[in-house]
Amino acid sequence: MACIDARGLRKSYGATVALDGVNLRVEEGRILGLIGPNGAGKTTALNAILGLTPYQGELRVLGRDPWSERDQLMRDVCFIADVAVLPRWMRVGQALDYVAGVHPRFDRSKAEGFLSRTSNALRQKIKKLSKGMVTQLHLALVMAIDARLLVLDEPTLGLDILFRKQFYDSLLTDYFDRSRTILVTTHQVEEIEHVLTDVMFINGGRIVLDCSMEELESRYLEVMVRPEQVAAARALKPIHERQVLGGSVLLFDRVDRQQLAALGDVRTPRIADLFVAVIGNQNGQAQGVAQ
Amino acid sequence: MNTPSNAIPGFPAGSQAAAPAVSSSMRPFYWSIRRELWEYRVLYLAPLMAAALLLLAVLVRTIVERYHMHGVLPADPAQRFLPHQHFELAAALIMGVGLLVGLYYTLDALYGERRDRSILFWKSLPVSDLTAVLAKLTIPLVVVPVLTFVIAVAAGIIMLMLGSVVLLGSGVRISELWTNSSFFYVALLWFYHLLLVHGLWYAPIYGWLLLVSAWSPRAPLVWAVLPPFVVCGVEKLAFNTTYALAWIQERFLGPSHSGMAGNASKNLAAELIPQHFFSEPGLWIGLAIAALLLLGTIRLRRYRGPI
Repeated sequence: MACIDARGLRKSYGATVALDGVNLRVEEGRILGLIGPNGAGKTTALNAILGLTPYQGELRVLGRDPWSERDQLMRDVCFIADVAVLPRWMRVGQALDYVAGVHPRFDRSKAEGFLSRTSNALRQKIKKLSKGMVTQLHLALVMAIDARLLVLDEPTLGLDILFRKQFYDSLLTDYFDRSRTILVTTHQVEEIEHVLTDVMFINGGRIVLDCSMEELESRYLEVMVRPEQVAAARALKPIHERQVLGGSVLLFDRVDRQQLAALGDVRTPRIADLFVAVIGNQNGQAQGVAQ
Repeated sequence: MNTPSNAIPGFPAGSQAAAPAVSSSMRPFYWSIRRELWEYRVLYLAPLMAAALLLLAVLVRTIVERYHMHGVLPADPAQRFLPHQHFELAAALIMGVGLLVGLYYTLDALYGERRDRSILFWKSLPVSDLTAVLAKLTIPLVVVPVLTFVIAVAAGIIMLMLGSVVLLGSGVRISELWTNSSFFYVALLWFYHLLLVHGLWYAPIYGWLLLVSAWSPRAPLVWAVLPPFVVCGVEKLAFNTTYALAWIQERFLGPSHSGMAGNASKNLAAELIPQHFFSEPGLWIGLAIAALLLLGTIRLRRYRGPI
C-alpha cells in the first residue's frame, strides 16, 4: 500500500487554483522533499494530506480518506505545520503531559530522553524558550510518537544553521527507519538534499518533477564547459545554462555521460540548481533566475 | 497558586494516578478539559481572589461588630454577626465573578487558538473537533459552576470559622453561631442555581459565544454583541416590537421560577423544586438553540485555520 496516493487532486480558492490536478504517489519508507516557489501549492497539498482542508479528486493517506477519516488518521500521522505553533502559555512538562494523555502512541520516556540532551527544563514556559528550543521541543514530542507518516512544513524556518543541521541529524539518526515515511517542504533545499530519497517539484499547483534521488543522479548531469566548447555543448540542448567564474555550467536532461565528459567536468547537479532550471524554464525565464 | 499542573481545584492532583480510571475514549476529553484550565487559570484564580477579598471584608466587619458590643449579648448572635445576607452577598459576588470569567473564556476559547496559531498543534493530535468543542463548552456549563460553588462554600465555612475565632471569649455561644446560621441551607440553593441557571439556562449564550469565537476573523467581542443589537434595532423599527430584546433579557436574568439568589431566600423549599424549572419551555428552546449553535461551531472548527 502506498503511504500517500493522490489522483487528480484539485483545490481552488475562488478564482485562484492552488492545486491543479496533482497526481502523486509516495511509498512507505521514503523521505520525500516537496519543493516549490512561494504560492506553488505546497501548503495546500500538505493541508489536503493532513485532512485540514477539503479537496476535489482522489486522495488516500495510509489507505484512508484524510477529510472524512481525519480522527482515525491522526493516530498514525504527525505533523509540524510551522515553527512556533506550540502554545506559548504552556509549560514544557504540560506539553508532555497533554500529548501523553491524548496520544495512544506517545512514549513519554523517549521524549524525555530527547529533551534531556537539550537545555529545555520541564518547569519552563514555552514563551520563555528561544525559537530553536521550541523547535527542539516540538521535534522531541513528535519523535516520541510512533507514527507512520511525519509531515514537516518548513520545520526549520528562522532557525540558525546549527539548529537546522541538528534538526535533520536527529531526525535521521533517532527517528527514521524504513517503515516510516517523511514528507518535508522547505526553502533551504541544500540542507535536506543528502537526507532525501525522493524529490518532487511543484509549481502553479502542478507536479513538475517527481523522481527518486537515484533517478535524479542518472538522469540529470551538469557540465562545467570550457569557453571554447560552449557552442558544441549548446547543440546538445541543455535545459539550463548559467555563468560562473571561469566558464558556463550547462544542465542536461538524459544526455549520455561520455558525450558530456568530452566537454568538461561532469557532475550531478544540486537540487537547488535543478530547481532553478526546471521552475525557471516553466516560468519562461530560462536564464538568470535568482541565484 | 503557582503550580497549576497539579494544583487545580476540582481535579485530583497527580494526573497519572487518575488517568487509568478514565476510559480510553474519555481520555482526550479529560485532557482537553485539563488543558483549558492550564491555559485559562483566571477561571479559578478570579473567583479565589474574590473570595479572599470578601473574607477579609467580613473579618473586618465581625471584629468591628465585636468591639461595638460593649458586653451586651445580642439575642440572636448568628443574625447579628454573620447574617445570611453576608453569605448570600459573598456567594453572589463569587458566582458573578465566575460567570464573567466564564463568558470571557467562552468568547476567547476558539478565537485564541487561531490567533496564536496553536490550533495547528492541537489539530496535529488525535483529538476530534467534536471532543475539543465539547470540552470547551463543558468549562462554562459545568466546570466553572462547580468550581465557583466549591469556592463559595469554602468561603462560607471559613467565614463561620473566622467569626467563631473572633467571637471566642466574647460570651457569644459559638455553637449557636453554627446551628443558627442559614448558611448550609443557602448553600444548596447556590448549587441548584449555579448548575441550572449558569449552566443550562445560559447554554445558548455559551453556544453563541463559541460560534462567534470559532468564526470571527478578528474582534470577537464586536461580532458577539453587534448582531443581537442590530436584530433588536431592526425589530423595533420594522414592527415597533421588542420581542428580541425581551428574549435576550430573559436569557440573562434567568427564568421567573429559577430561584435567583436574591428573591429565593423567602421561599427556599418551593424554589428548590426543579419541576418549575424543567417545565419552562424557554429552557428547552434554549437548549435546542444551543445544540444547533454547537453543531455550527464544530463544523467551523473543522474548516477554519489560523488567522
